[in-house]
Amino acid sequence: MPTDAMTTTHYVAPLAETPLVAVDRVDESAKTRSTWTDAWESLRGRWMFWVSAVLIVLILLVAVVPVLFTHTSPDLGCDLSHSNGDPMAGHPLGFTRQGCDVYARVIYGTRASLTVGLLATVIFALLGVIIGALAGYYGGWLDAVVSRIGDIFFSVPSVLGAIVLMSVLPFRNAVTVAVVLAIFSWPQAARIMRGAVVLAKNSDYVLSAKALGVTRFRILLRHVVPNSIAPVIVLATVSLGSFIVAEATLSFLGIGLPPAVMSWGNDISQAQSSIRTAPMSLFYPALALSVTVLAFLMLGDVVRDALDPKARASR
Amino acid sequence: MSAATTQQPVDESLLFTDAELAPGEPLLSIEDLRVSFRTREGLFEAVRGVSFDVKQGETVAIVGESGSGKSTTATAVIDLLAGTGLVTGGTARMLGVDLTKLTAKQMQSVRGRIIGYVPQDPMSNLNPVWSIGFQVEEAIKANSPKLNRSEVKARAIEVLKEAGLGDADRRMKQYPHQFSGGMRQRVLIGIGLSSRPRLLIADEPTSALDVTVQRVILDHLQTLTRDYGTSVLLITHDLGLAAERAEKLVVMYRGQVVEAGPSQEILADPQHPYTQRLVAAAPSLASRRIQSQKSPSHVDTSITVAPGADTVAVDQIEQATERREAQAGAASELITFENVTKVYKIRQGGFASIDLKAVDDISFSIAKGTTTALVGESGSGKSTASKLLLNLEPVTSGTITVDGQDVSKLRGKELLRFRRRVQPVFQDPYGSLNPMHNIESIIAEPLLTHGIGTGRERAHAVRELLEQVALPQSTASRYPNELSGGQRQRVAVARALALKPEIIVLDEAVSALDVLVQGQILNLLTDLQAELGLTYLFVTHDLAVVRLVADNVCVMEKGRLVETGTTDTIFDAPRQEYTRRLLDAIPGAGFEFGA
Repeated sequence: MPTDAMTTTHYVAPLAETPLVAVDRVDESAKTRSTWTDAWESLRGRWMFWVSAVLIVLILLVAVVPVLFTHTSPDLGCDLSHSNGDPMAGHPLGFTRQGCDVYARVIYGTRASLTVGLLATVIFALLGVIIGALAGYYGGWLDAVVSRIGDIFFSVPSVLGAIVLMSVLPFRNAVTVAVVLAIFSWPQAARIMRGAVVLAKNSDYVLSAKALGVTRFRILLRHVVPNSIAPVIVLATVSLGSFIVAEATLSFLGIGLPPAVMSWGNDISQAQSSIRTAPMSLFYPALALSVTVLAFLMLGDVVRDALDPKARASR
Repeated sequence: MSAATTQQPVDESLLFTDAELAPGEPLLSIEDLRVSFRTREGLFEAVRGVSFDVKQGETVAIVGESGSGKSTTATAVIDLLAGTGLVTGGTARMLGVDLTKLTAKQMQSVRGRIIGYVPQDPMSNLNPVWSIGFQVEEAIKANSPKLNRSEVKARAIEVLKEAGLGDADRRMKQYPHQFSGGMRQRVLIGIGLSSRPRLLIADEPTSALDVTVQRVILDHLQTLTRDYGTSVLLITHDLGLAAERAEKLVVMYRGQVVEAGPSQEILADPQHPYTQRLVAAAPSLASRRIQSQKSPSHVDTSITVAPGADTVAVDQIEQATERREAQAGAASELITFENVTKVYKIRQGGFASIDLKAVDDISFSIAKGTTTALVGESGSGKSTASKLLLNLEPVTSGTITVDGQDVSKLRGKELLRFRRRVQPVFQDPYGSLNPMHNIESIIAEPLLTHGIGTGRERAHAVRELLEQVALPQSTASRYPNELSGGQRQRVAVARALALKPEIIVLDEAVSALDVLVQGQILNLLTDLQAELGLTYLFVTHDLAVVRLVADNVCVMEKGRLVETGTTDTIFDAPRQEYTRRLLDAIPGAGFEFGA
């Protein structure tokens, strides 16, 4: 770069060094990028995403086809003579108090824990998205009523509420546990959705759609919801872990899944009585629980970064 | 320059204290400055070897479009680069010290004390939770730690008074939201100059303000800096404003300086092709309405009878006559506003509310095929008036008719038909396109909504519309975030045209664009008007643009219509004081622009 810009009064750069480009030209060579492909690009480059993804796929596989991982039956052939026994050939993690194989129980317990977690998350996200979107979009009395109802549910600690409700339910299974957990936590998702919807509904593209004659409900579906759903997706991925924990908590307290159902929570609950003599039969289901929750939390973290470019930039 | 002795100053408080300028030595000398940003694809060089000087007491303006590196250059000097930016080469020498080599701590003592900074956006640069007084005092304390509390307070009041805030004592206790944009900018200027820096960097200090306020603020800034002998580095996108306020211009383009020199000389005789483009595109008062290069596709006023085409010729004569009548505007008022008033209820807590008359009893009409500009400052009600025409808000009283139909009475099918005839293009090219949809589905949405055509026909229509707004076909599969502001605005225009409307409401449609892009869009709009016989309502605060596109002008002030007339009469012989003030405030009005 010549320094005569300082000395000469009127400096003109040589055209060869500063070539002109067409005003506002479209770069046709660039790859197409939607918000979702952008998010995928961001996910792909992070090791945390791959670690959590591999773990989750593995956990899902265990839940769907436990037979692949063990040939030992978790409940038949339990031998009381092995009660709280140490690991031995074919039984790498030892035995429970009932003399059942710990490894097999952890493997077979995955399904119940994961079912409750996934189901609760889906109900939680659906309720939150629908209720939050309607309240935020239509506003007025609907918003007022829905928000106050949400506040009432919100004011009850979800585990406490679930304990009360579960203890009066005539039957208990994975569905009832999931529904009860979702019932006491949807206001969180609804609030976040509502905020995002209020933001999106005041945008110019909504105004443009209105001026095109697009009906109100269609604007909600086509323009508002897709633009405000990202934070709920993030919240849902993070919540999945806490629902699994909540199921374990309820089962531990004896009011989650019935004792006959194999789940980590039940196993932890049953192992507690012999925690001093055989801590390992409590440790392994707890470890499985922690690893699962960790995997989903990690996924939630990277998904948040991917969907919120601002958080990504400040990293 | 005795560089060796002052290269590595140890004690930052000693920095610059005994620095005196040698005669003829520039205050700030930037040499071959390079700034890069770290991106996913690697280093991106935003400033590529920039050199220029700022002399003592001189005002230098860096002019360029967005992305030219003008702000990056200035912020690199005081180490306020955003995000991942870093200086990768060159020097910025001031009073014998290379600013790019200073430690963060040393730079802290330079900022405010030696170099003042006035940021762009007065709305977000004052902290809303602290009072104005607190924020001014904070700045003073930071730069002169020896003052005691009452001295700081006295100095803060002084600073606000200097900045042109009359009742500074009372103002000290107020919060930013109680200040108008202009007043906030005064506070920021006051803070920037509070410790009498040698150099003031003003980054687009008035681009968020109305032109009349802009003029007053810049006049004040000029007086202050002249009195204190402060040099000013002004960053702006507005060539007219730069020429009016600075002795020297530095024109930047894609990270490089393309031309630098005395303002008048550059404007009168631009040498570099880019500067020539920029000067040609600057909407100054000397401009006239853009005439379309294209002739209307169906309607033509000049009749050429091709041999052996009699039947066509008769048709042409008829159409030409129609067009002439339309242009005369005698009986073809397409849009009329009659005593239109819009009142908003502003809730005051509890059940109390006060009325705000956003639009107050306005009446005017627009002839078919013409452009009417609705101008005024922010808060004048011009945007509200356009929303009323679009039927996005109900009128409180009065009537708006389009082609004889009362807009407010339309329901169901009729309303849908009305929507097809009247389409908007909004200001913010970043907000008006749904980021989740690709361009094809954005442009096809109006067709889908009104059930026009099959999927294949719609795809074909999208391609035609893209062609009409001069965008390549490949744009169809892209998403809004991949396009520039001007390109997005083209997409918005294409979407508006999809339903073949008669009226397009342009609400500040080019205000957010760089001047060259703005010129492109205005040309496009003019061409489309000539081709399709469109009627435009052009809402804008920018009078310079009005002259380029409008046939008629309506001037609004505080909800009322103060003056209407043809563009020429308004510009050449304004009758109202308010209109004259608006016209006088256009930056660069008095300048000779070279071609």
